[in-house]
Amino acid sequence: MILKYLIEKEFKQFLRNSFMPRIALMFPTVIILVFPWVATMDVSNINVSIVDRDVSTMSRRLSDKIAGSSYFNLTEYTDNYKQALDDVEKGKSDIIVEIPQHFERDINTIQHAAIQISSNGVNALKGSIGSGYLQNIAADFNADLGTKQGVTVSTPFSVNIQDRYNPTLNFKLFMIPALMTMIIIMLCGLLPALNIVSEKEIGTIEQINVTPVNKAAFILSKLIPYWLMGFIILTICFILAALVYGYTPKGSFLTIYAIAILFVLVMSGIGLIISNYAGTMQQSLFMMFFFMMIFMLMSGLFTDVRSMPDWAQDIAFFNPPRYFIDTMRSVFLKGGNMMDNSHNFIMLFAFAIMTNAWAMLSYRKQV
Amino acid sequence: MLCGLSKPTGGKASVAGFDIARQSEKVKQHIGYMSQKFSLYEDLKVKENIRLYAGIYGLSEKQIKEKGERLMHRLNIYDEQNTLVKQLPLGWKQKLAFSIAIIHTPDIVFLDEPTGGVDPLARRQFWELIYEATERGITAFVTTHYMDEAGYCDRISMMVDGKISALGTPKELKENFNANSIDEVFRTLARGAQRGE
Repeated sequence: MILKYLIEKEFKQFLRNSFMPRIALMFPTVIILVFPWVATMDVSNINVSIVDRDVSTMSRRLSDKIAGSSYFNLTEYTDNYKQALDDVEKGKSDIIVEIPQHFERDINTIQHAAIQISSNGVNALKGSIGSGYLQNIAADFNADLGTKQGVTVSTPFSVNIQDRYNPTLNFKLFMIPALMTMIIIMLCGLLPALNIVSEKEIGTIEQINVTPVNKAAFILSKLIPYWLMGFIILTICFILAALVYGYTPKGSFLTIYAIAILFVLVMSGIGLIISNYAGTMQQSLFMMFFFMMIFMLMSGLFTDVRSMPDWAQDIAFFNPPRYFIDTMRSVFLKGGNMMDNSHNFIMLFAFAIMTNAWAMLSYRKQV
Repeated sequence: MLCGLSKPTGGKASVAGFDIARQSEKVKQHIGYMSQKFSLYEDLKVKENIRLYAGIYGLSEKQIKEKGERLMHRLNIYDEQNTLVKQLPLGWKQKLAFSIAIIHTPDIVFLDEPTGGVDPLARRQFWELIYEATERGITAFVTTHYMDEAGYCDRISMMVDGKISALGTPKELKENFNANSIDEVFRTLARGAQRGE
């Protein structure tokens, strides 16, 4: 069993290296502890300027309602639109709400008045979500008016939104499974690649290449340690998520570990392929970073694959992390099981076979 | 090429009875190789390097232990068995690398400029190791820049412009070229080289 000796060697080298075990522990810890707070698309602290040309009880009431919302900070309350616009231009304010003259009178007489919401589009997300919130506040205000004054406001239907699976729309719960995926991509994809390339640079691979070690054994000896490491890291992530965020999957760990077996294999396989083509660390790092961008941005990690243009969705079809993230979220949030995710399992299984076969074939003992 | 690291583009050659073009993996089971670039694992201990390569060549656990201990005693590094290889002096490293290259008693061992950068005493000791190996029936195939070292060999081949231009025992070569030393033979041949420096 040549493999036994090779794997023994990999472990000794890994553990003896003062740097690697530490980084392998630090990485998941920092990512799980820090990033869920940062990588959030929850929009709050929107600065709003109110231009009140009416200055009536009614316009006051609307302004108070806006200022009282936890999403908004009232930065300016003025009757001068130019001044409010100035604030936006200086970056002090994100949204202007303009309440026109005769606002109160119009509501009382013709029962119709308009307000204007202008948002700064530079930060598109903040702008659109902020004006969305404002519309809700206005609608709410409208309803209040109706009940208080005994006027029946014609509301043919009312919309009542209930969010399933993540009822509070907590962004952290959405991001944590994705961040775990990111950790696996980084560690299990990058490390085996760097490992082989460093053997190339030092020259030790030459000594191995004149021995009867066969390709499969050599590749497996690089794969298996990182495979195990992937599991350990994933487990650390689960423990941290449970301790810090009280977040445990709704579905079973079995499903997650089962899909992780495949996914780690795919990622290490890709790393190994790269290492077989790259001659130096620099080349392999650069190539890996390129793929890393694709893996992260085209996998639904941050933005949903289904909202991408068709051609991008076609590319995403070949993006293995996509299937893993999908399953992670499904298990964590919806309590999905293996059957629900069979498509993802099949895809990753296919990728695992393909990438590792490629890694073994492209490894040349002879040049 | 002889060790199976590069693929031959044409011609025929065999090493230890195996065709290097078609049976390079078979060749690898019967040869040892020590490169001029030191290539044991520096972050492994002496003992661990021995264990790794002995294991790769299919020695049993018992053999690994026995051979390993004999090897470390022979090199006088028994007390250093738990030292990381990178902490050894170069001369020791080279001797260790050679001993590991023949741990499986191959038919032939290839030594690529094994004594580069090593002091004269360590070089002497190194050649003693080579002689010991040849007495055990291992053929040593050495490439070198040192002509005095070449004189230690039983058979010398000198290559000029990629062609073998002299082949024979040291004595034969000296007689054929009417020279007093191998170094003189080399100078005579090198003068005829087409290729520039």
